[in-house]
Amino acid sequence: MTFFTAFWLLPMARLALFAADGREGWAAYLTVVTHPRYFESLVATVLLSAAVTAATLVTGGLSGVFLSRHRFPGRRTLIGLLTLPLAFPGVVVGFLVILLAGRQGLIGALSQSLGGSRIVFAYSMGGLFLGYLYFSIPRVLLTVMAAAEKLDPALEEAARSLGAPPLRILLDILIPGLMPALIGAGALCFATSMGAFGTAFTLATRISVLPMAIYTEFTLFADMAIAAAMSLVLGLLTWAVLALARSATGAGVAAAA
Amino acid sequence: MGGQPERRTQTPLAIRVEGCARTFPDGVRALDRVDLDIRAGETLALLGPSGCGKTTLLRLIAGLDHPDPGGRILFDGEDVTALPIERRRVGMVFQSYALFPNMSVAANVAYGLKIQGMAPDMRRARVTEMLEMMRIAPLADRAIDQLSGGQRQRVALARAIAPRPRLLLLDEPLTALDAKLRDALRVEIDQLLRALGTTALYVTHDQAEAMALGDRVVVMTHGRIAQIGTPYEIYHRPAGRFVADFVGLMNRIRGTLSGDGVRCPGGIVPLAAAGPSHRPAGARRPGDGAPVEIQFRPEDAVVAAPGQGHVRGTVTASFFLGDRVRILVEGVGTTPLTVETGGRIDPLTDATLAAGAPIELRIQSAPLAPEGEA
Ligand SMILES: Nc1ncnc2c1ncn2[C@@H]1O[C@H](COP(=O)(O)OP(=O)(O)OP(=O)(O)O)[C@@H](O)[C@H]1O
Ligand SMILES: [Mg+2]
Repeated sequence: MTFFTAFWLLPMARLALFAADGREGWAAYLTVVTHPRYFESLVATVLLSAAVTAATLVTGGLSGVFLSRHRFPGRRTLIGLLTLPLAFPGVVVGFLVILLAGRQGLIGALSQSLGGSRIVFAYSMGGLFLGYLYFSIPRVLLTVMAAAEKLDPALEEAARSLGAPPLRILLDILIPGLMPALIGAGALCFATSMGAFGTAFTLATRISVLPMAIYTEFTLFADMAIAAAMSLVLGLLTWAVLALARSATGAGVAAAA
Repeated sequence: MGGQPERRTQTPLAIRVEGCARTFPDGVRALDRVDLDIRAGETLALLGPSGCGKTTLLRLIAGLDHPDPGGRILFDGEDVTALPIERRRVGMVFQSYALFPNMSVAANVAYGLKIQGMAPDMRRARVTEMLEMMRIAPLADRAIDQLSGGQRQRVALARAIAPRPRLLLLDEPLTALDAKLRDALRVEIDQLLRALGTTALYVTHDQAEAMALGDRVVVMTHGRIAQIGTPYEIYHRPAGRFVADFVGLMNRIRGTLSGDGVRCPGGIVPLAAAGPSHRPAGARRPGDGAPVEIQFRPEDAVVAAPGQGHVRGTVTASFFLGDRVRILVEGVGTTPLTVETGGRIDPLTDATLAAGAPIELRIQSAPLAPEGEA
C-alpha cells in the first residue's frame, strides 16, 4: 500500500497538478483535445493502435490456432522465430523496419529492380504499423496458442460430426472458445501500441503519435503542462480500454502492458 | 425413453471394417489389421483395457481418422474410407460430453439441424421432441455450465440423435459419471438405442456395461480383436485366457484325467460337471492321465455340506458384498479359487467362513481344456 502510494499515486497526482499549474491552468486538458495538432496526433495514435490490434488478432489468432492444432517437423523452431521480436527493444524494431522499407531498404530495392519506383514507407504510418505489428504478433500468438491448447478438441470433432464445415467451426466453436484470450491479448496489444515509444522515436520523423508528441512538448518546448495533460489523456484512454476488456472477459487481464 | 418412441425413418446401416490398421506418426501401432462387421441395427459393444485401440477404431469408423493404406471402411457396401466425418452422417457422444459452452441446451441440440438447413419451426419441433425423449425439456434454456454431469450427457445424446444419424458412435459416455447415475443412464441408453433401431457402436472398458448394452461384444487387446460374440458367449465360452479374465473372474484347477473325473489336490471333479456344450468345439477327449484344466466362474461353484462336495480346501478370506459373499479358497488347485454364495451369511460371525476353516465345494458346470490352452 505504501509502495503503491509512493510510486504511483504521488507521481500521478503531481502529473495531474502539473498540467493544471501551467499557463493555461486546467484548460491544458481542453487544449489537448481541442487543439488540432494535439487532437490529430491523439486520433492518429488511437486509429493506428486499433488497426494494429485488429491486424494482430487476425494474423496472430489464425497462426496460433494453426500452430496449436498441428504437429510438424520444425514447429518448435518456427514458434521460436515468431516469438523472437519479444526480445527486441522498440528502437531495434524501428531499425529493422528502416532496413526493410527505408530509403536503402529491401522493399525499395526490390520494387525498383522490378521496374517500378522506389517504395519507401518506413517513416510513414505504414512503417509504424509494420513495426507495431512485428512486436505485437508474438504476444497474441502465445496467448492464443495457450488458450487453443486448453480448448477440448472434441468440441471441434462434435461439430464436424454434425456436419459443420471449417468456416462454421471457426465462427461457432473456435472464436467463441478463444474469445477471452482474444480480448485479453487484444487489449494488451492496443495498450502497447498506444504507448510504444522506441519504435516511434526511430520512425516517426514526419508523423506525430502521442508518445512522440509528449516527448517533443517536454524536451523541445518545455511545455510541461501540455505534456503532462497528454500523458494523462493517453494513460486514461489506455486504462479505459483495458478496463473494458477486463469487464468483457470477467477474468483478470493484467493492466500492465 | 420418456416421450414418444422415435419412428424409424430409414433402414439401419451395416458397417464393414476391412483390414484396417492404424500406425501413428510416432510409430505406435494402435490398431493391427482389424476386420469387423457391424450388422444393421445392432448395438455393438467394443470392450477392452485402456490403450487397446478402442478409440482409434471408433475414430476410423467415424471418419475423424484414416486407416493405414489398404484398410477400407464400408457403409452398406459403399466405400467411405476417403469420406470426411462431415459427410458420413454419424452421431457422436464423447466421454467429455463436448457440449458447446457458448450455446444453450436447446441451441446445442439444434446445431446439427441448423447446419443441415432445416426450417426454424421444424427445427424447434425436433428439438422439443429430442429434449422430451431425453427428459430434459425443462432445461432447454439453461447454459451448459449450469448442468450436472448426467444432464450434460443427456444433452449430448439428444444433440447426437437429433439429425437422425445413420450410425451412433459412443466413446465411454458414462465413464465420467458416478456409479449410481451410470447404472440409471445405462438402462436409458439401452432403451433409447432399441427404440431408435439405429446401428450403434458403444466403446467401454467396463465389462458389465458392454454385456448389458451390446447385442454383441467385441473384446479387444493390443490393437487386435480377441473375440466377437454375444455377451453370453464371451462370458461362458471365452476364446482365450485374456477374454476369460477380462470379462469376469475365472477359476482354474489343474489336474489329470482319471476315469470319469479330474484328479486335483483337493479331490476329484466329476467330468459330468463339464457340460458337453462347454467343451471346446472339435476338441477330442484326451486319454487317462493327461494333464487338463478345469475352468469355472465363481457362481458355478456352491458351498457344500461336509461330505457332499467334490473338492475340499481351506478358506483364506471372505468378503460380504451385500448381495453376495465372496470366498477365497486355497488347497484345491495350485492357485486360489474365488467362489460366491448368497448374501444371507455374515462372514464376520459365521465360523464356517472364517479364515482357516475347511470348506467343501461342488462344481456345477465347467469347461475342460487340455492344460495350457484356453
Ligand atoms: N494421436 C496419437 N498419436 C500417437 N499415439 C496415439 C495417438 N492416439 C492414440 N495413441 C496410442 O494408441 C494406442 C491406442 O489408443 P486408444 O486411444 O485407441 O486406446 P483406448 O482403447 O481408447 O484406451 P482408453 O480406454 O484409455 O480410452 C495407445 O497406446 C495410445 O497411446
Ligand atoms: Mg479411448
